[in-house]
Amino acid sequence: MGKRAAAIVGLTEWAPKRVWDEPMFTMEACARLAAEVLADAEVDKGEVDGLVINGLRESPLFAPSALAEFLGIRSNFNEVVDLGGATPAGMVWRAAAAIEVGICETVLVFTPSVPAPPQPGANGGPMKMKMGAYMGGEVWGSPQGQFEIPAGLVAATPSFAMAAQRYMAAYGVSEETLAKVAVDSRYNAQANPLAVFYGKPITIDDVMSSRYVADPLKLLEIVMPCYGGSAVLVTSAERAARCPHRPVYVSGYGEHLTHKSITYAPDIVDTPIRLAADRAFAMAGVSRDAVDMASMYDCYTITVLLTIEDAGFCPKGQGGQFIDEHSLRYDGDWPLNTHGGQLGMGQAGLGGGMSHITEAVRQVQGRAGERQVPDCNIAYANGTGGMLAEQVALILEGA
Amino acid sequence: MVHFSADGRPLPTPTPITAPYFDGLREHRLVLQRCPRHGYFFYPRGRCPHCLGADWEWGELSGRGTVYSFTVDRAGHDPALASRIPFAIALVDLDEGPRLVGNMVDCDVDDVTVGMAVEAAYEDVDDITLLGFRPAG
Repeated sequence: MGKRAAAIVGLTEWAPKRVWDEPMFTMEACARLAAEVLADAEVDKGEVDGLVINGLRESPLFAPSALAEFLGIRSNFNEVVDLGGATPAGMVWRAAAAIEVGICETVLVFTPSVPAPPQPGANGGPMKMKMGAYMGGEVWGSPQGQFEIPAGLVAATPSFAMAAQRYMAAYGVSEETLAKVAVDSRYNAQANPLAVFYGKPITIDDVMSSRYVADPLKLLEIVMPCYGGSAVLVTSAERAARCPHRPVYVSGYGEHLTHKSITYAPDIVDTPIRLAADRAFAMAGVSRDAVDMASMYDCYTITVLLTIEDAGFCPKGQGGQFIDEHSLRYDGDWPLNTHGGQLGMGQAGLGGGMSHITEAVRQVQGRAGERQVPDCNIAYANGTGGMLAEQVALILEGA
Repeated sequence: MVHFSADGRPLPTPTPITAPYFDGLREHRLVLQRCPRHGYFFYPRGRCPHCLGADWEWGELSGRGTVYSFTVDRAGHDPALASRIPFAIALVDLDEGPRLVGNMVDCDVDDVTVGMAVEAAYEDVDDITLLGFRPAG
């Protein structure tokens, strides 16, 4: 039996939107998310004694203390997690581990992604716009700034495209098979009113006829960047038992990384997912067959194929066959990303990564509505950060 | 660090430790550090990434390698390079071992393949020389 020390007991999630009508400071977003997630879990703010964030725009240094001050929280566990898209999953296990070692009992985990109110007199300026795709790699001394950026290897899509290209050459998978991942995700999004593509199903032909963005990846295999925000509440098993929703134990977890830029990945088609997932399954004492639904980070279609393989759900090189042979829909034989994934729901910054966790929690708690997977007790959720770099795997089990 | 060419292209700003590599490129030579135990490594840094040893020496490579993977940027992910699309970005395994990244030149983007034999190509841009690759002659 895996860990039973800490459980997710509440969540809140804002519908991802391409345009956000109500700009707010990150701290204000956290306050609103905190109020909502505490109400969902029926936990009093005074019980919170841990905070996990990715940072605060309004306080680049001393971020946790700034947030504790803002929220009026006396906090014993204060963590900033920097793992790109794997950040939310990394946040959840850190919260659970902190609770298990006894340094805190109830932890707020925040993934806000909203624009700030316009700053008087400020102009982001053309240089800031120009540097956005560099993700900080332009700073003095950065290897990325000297080697990757001058070659045009910026943002994320070209790196994942190179993984897809290598995979196709090494193992052979058709572009139609990759397209099916996007189509099944979009099908699931039709049962999720929060999804940015709710009401907009697509077909294989739609994906195949969308334009190439970075070969071999096409537009409809790529997430839509959005604004949004979400939060979860993690607490001790003892406290969780008194919450209204079914506690969802963080029963196993693993994390692994080796590189930042894809150039230096030891093998771009044998990803850090493997070691993270192996550790998570071993810790939980759960077999792959026992998983009732999977919630896999899906910034691109290729990410899902690599995750299915490297997380051990099929042998290396057979991910394409696996995708062809299974329905990945919420009403199919292998439910995956039942919320539509980020491909169907939209990628609300780090909220995109968190959506894989909130959906797994909803499914295990039996509150996924129309898209509920029957008798869902064990979920696999993961996060992929950077350029197939940071990887965190979670096993989430209902009490 | 990045600075920009007169026509807006992002260029590397060498550091004290990477300067000999960029000096080599300016002479159209590919020069990397070689650890006596682990061979050549990329990118330049003060310690070997395998053993953290500091007893490396600079050495010149053949510039020959094979394409490990590649993509064609057709969207202009860097707005500063949008006028150059479509261009191919390749990860190249050098014959001497290290993997590095560069643009494909003297080659139609649709002709690049995984496993293709390539050789170093040197592109002088303002104050710096960029390493690229062309099909091996």
